[in-house]
Amino acid sequence: MTLSVGLNRSPMENIVISILFEGLAYAMFLFIVSVGLSVTMGLMGFVNLAHGAFAMAGGYLVLTAMRDWNVPFFVALLLTFLVVGAVSVIFERLFYARLYKATELDQVLLTIGLAYMAIATYTYFYGPRPQSIHVPEFLTGELAVGARTFPTYRVFVIAVGAALVTVLWYAFERTNIGARIRAAVDNRRMAQSIGIDVDRLFTLTFAVGSGLAALGGGLAIELFGLTPSFAVLYLVFFLLVVAVGGLGSLKGTLVAAILLGVCDTGGKYIYAGAGGFFIYAVAMVILLIRPAGLYGRE
Amino acid sequence: MAASETIAAAAPSAARAPAIAYLATRHRVRVWEVLPWLLAIAAYFIFPDRMVFGSQVLVMVLFALSLDLILGYAGIVSLGHAAFFGLGAYAAALLTLRWNWQEPISGLFFAAAVAAAAGAASGWLLLRYRGLTLLVLTLATTIMLQELGNLLRDLTGGYDGLPGLIYTPLLGYFDYDLYGHVNYLYALAVLLVLFFVVRLIVYSPFGQGLAGIRENVARMHAVGSPVHWRLLTVYTIAAAIAGVAGALFTQTNAYVTLGVFDFDNSAGVMVMLILGGAGRLYGAFVGAVIYMVLQDNLSKASPQYWQFAVGLMLVLTVLFARRGLLGLIEDVARWIMPDRKP
Amino acid sequence: MDHAGPQTMSLTMSETIANAMQPTVPAALEIKNLNKSFGALPVARDIALALPKGGRHALIGPNGAGKTTLVNLITGVQRPSGGQILLDGEDITSLPQAARTRRGIARTFQINQLFRGLTVLENVYLAVAERMRVAHRLWRPAGAERDVIDQALAQLEALRLADDALKIVRELPYGRQRLVEIAIALALNPRVLLLDEPAAGVPSSESHLILDVIGALDPSIAILIIEHDMDVVFRFASRITVLVAGAVLTEGTPQQIRADARVRAVYLGEEFPHG
Repeated sequence: MTLSVGLNRSPMENIVISILFEGLAYAMFLFIVSVGLSVTMGLMGFVNLAHGAFAMAGGYLVLTAMRDWNVPFFVALLLTFLVVGAVSVIFERLFYARLYKATELDQVLLTIGLAYMAIATYTYFYGPRPQSIHVPEFLTGELAVGARTFPTYRVFVIAVGAALVTVLWYAFERTNIGARIRAAVDNRRMAQSIGIDVDRLFTLTFAVGSGLAALGGGLAIELFGLTPSFAVLYLVFFLLVVAVGGLGSLKGTLVAAILLGVCDTGGKYIYAGAGGFFIYAVAMVILLIRPAGLYGRE
Repeated sequence: MAASETIAAAAPSAARAPAIAYLATRHRVRVWEVLPWLLAIAAYFIFPDRMVFGSQVLVMVLFALSLDLILGYAGIVSLGHAAFFGLGAYAAALLTLRWNWQEPISGLFFAAAVAAAAGAASGWLLLRYRGLTLLVLTLATTIMLQELGNLLRDLTGGYDGLPGLIYTPLLGYFDYDLYGHVNYLYALAVLLVLFFVVRLIVYSPFGQGLAGIRENVARMHAVGSPVHWRLLTVYTIAAAIAGVAGALFTQTNAYVTLGVFDFDNSAGVMVMLILGGAGRLYGAFVGAVIYMVLQDNLSKASPQYWQFAVGLMLVLTVLFARRGLLGLIEDVARWIMPDRKP
Repeated sequence: MDHAGPQTMSLTMSETIANAMQPTVPAALEIKNLNKSFGALPVARDIALALPKGGRHALIGPNGAGKTTLVNLITGVQRPSGGQILLDGEDITSLPQAARTRRGIARTFQINQLFRGLTVLENVYLAVAERMRVAHRLWRPAGAERDVIDQALAQLEALRLADDALKIVRELPYGRQRLVEIAIALALNPRVLLLDEPAAGVPSSESHLILDVIGALDPSIAILIIEHDMDVVFRFASRITVLVAGAVLTEGTPQQIRADARVRAVYLGEEFPHG
């Protein structure tokens, strides 16, 4: 973790600010990927463990676009959002739609199966070793903000995250579609009985959610590197964020992402060996007290 | 009681006898049930050079059997069953390595006790939850155990593991040979004993209650069943058996690493069970054998082929053969002979 | 006590009911000041009810009045926000659902809650095994519990379900499934039986089966039945409680209820059988 260095500040303050900053960047990544999962799970109750695979696939599309097709970074990000979002609809129609009424176990098994198939396929084509990309010059290095400097790319990730939070919040709270989604999350049967086409809504939400996951995957390459096992490695964290935040809640996903992101970063920084614990411990405590998550409904 | 006086007045019907016969004889050992065991013994003679692999298959059958109790019979969906396997594996390893107790059978008991304690503690806490919450909690618990193991690297050997474990001869007499023959028969004997324990439980009133919990937990509450205690009991028993499987794993390999806690282990045992057919005792046998044989062949060719195959098997099973291979066989049998009773 | 007509009540509902009751023998089931709110939404308001041993009491009211909620509160599916539930004088308000069942309350659900993948016999076996306190045994086969099997079969025979004993529940027609629902409740030998719309969803060609069973129920069991079908209510009940918007509107004999203008107003357009 790169330290944000501020002149004339105590070392303690520097550490705290660094943790908050790094944690926030990690949180934005978690949020961008997890928000789609939270809303689709809240909407259809469908446990999708292949969500991480969409993030992974998104990352590899960005990689290929930039490396083999000379697409600029930002365009690649947009491309991956659109393409993976669109392709995910095929999976949804082909596989997922058949299991909406199935047991949770079936959904878990099917989506793990799809995830494994995806990982194996991508390992075959891209190899298991971590890959990286070359982000534009101006996103590298450090950025001076007041008396401190921060790694530019992380500022960028936070900025993208903040922008997406705003856009999504607006879409959720202020548009017709957002209202319909919220209604359907709240009470699917009631929503259907007043004429909301929940299936169509779900396909749309699923597509946007998967597209966002892909976008998150693309953003994460510079943060964590990209391997096919990304799909399963980070899945735990997406599930933690969704469970802790509460299904179908935008605010919940954001709060949980920030909480868990900061705790994970802080834990790893303060306790070098055991830091990985914190995110799980915090998540478990919250879930034991509020099993439906911070903003979930029973 | 007044109600049963009224009931007793109704005349016994012709349907009584077959109904009693069905329930009263369901648990009797059928002739064909000898088959898997004969096959296992046959394998000993037919594949004498694959006995090390054979022991691993038997270990996995036992592990899958323990999962069947909670998943197939009680309907608890956990993503962290490897926790108990891992705890048992390390209990057995540490017992012989750090605490110099090298008698293997008592090692099994110790591992079972450790895993059972963990099962009771985590079950008491976690079995109040369902759905995504339970999935995440069980997953997180297992990962935390793995992280803990990594933290206590000096004790557990970390991801490098604890190699070179030594055991005293089995029953004081049978020494271990390089080809794993004794280990195979040892594992088979343990599997036999524990299988019949599981079989007894499954056909008992308790086991019937598990089916009730799986089918309709609201109804179980409404007939006065202390659901949480029942689940806790079966969870603890399943944890103990998984712990024995883990201990057998350590003993037959003379080696253990933190990889026993991997998600792939939890997922793999689920695949085995679903492939064979959950909620059917022998599903664990069928599924584990097929899975291990396929893994042995495919992952030598390429690990990606194997992973793809696992994924594909899962997808196909869920979509087309939901009740596993044994379910398929049952369906075929019923199609051929429609008069057979369930 | 004449409850019909526009007289104002000078006694509270609880006192009125208490007066109507024999003071020496506790009611099989007594509910006092039962309240339940979901957040700001009250679903049960100050409900009082007394069910004597062997009583036949009906609970009626428009949809959404809170009838099923009341049954849920009595059986322990929901916890009340306030009030008391007494079973034979014993306070069971803080007991969980399974404990209340073990003390002698059984219910049927408005929508069947059966073990659909199991046979009819196994469905009833489970209830009998719980009642006989052998359901926890894991060291001997279920088939060895002959008493349990005999009693389960006897229960099926009493409801003429014995021929379906080995059929899987989900393969039965809905009417017969409804009978299994009742069989399970009866298998618990309850002191108090709560029937939530027992004929609901049953095709009219089969509903007489259900109604015959209810009519033939043991006279010592106290029964509370939720029903919409007024024929059934008037035929079966000796007292009726009318529930509207979570509160008791009135309570009385079928004659009193039939004559009550408020009840008729609540049931606007609902047909009342004459005679």
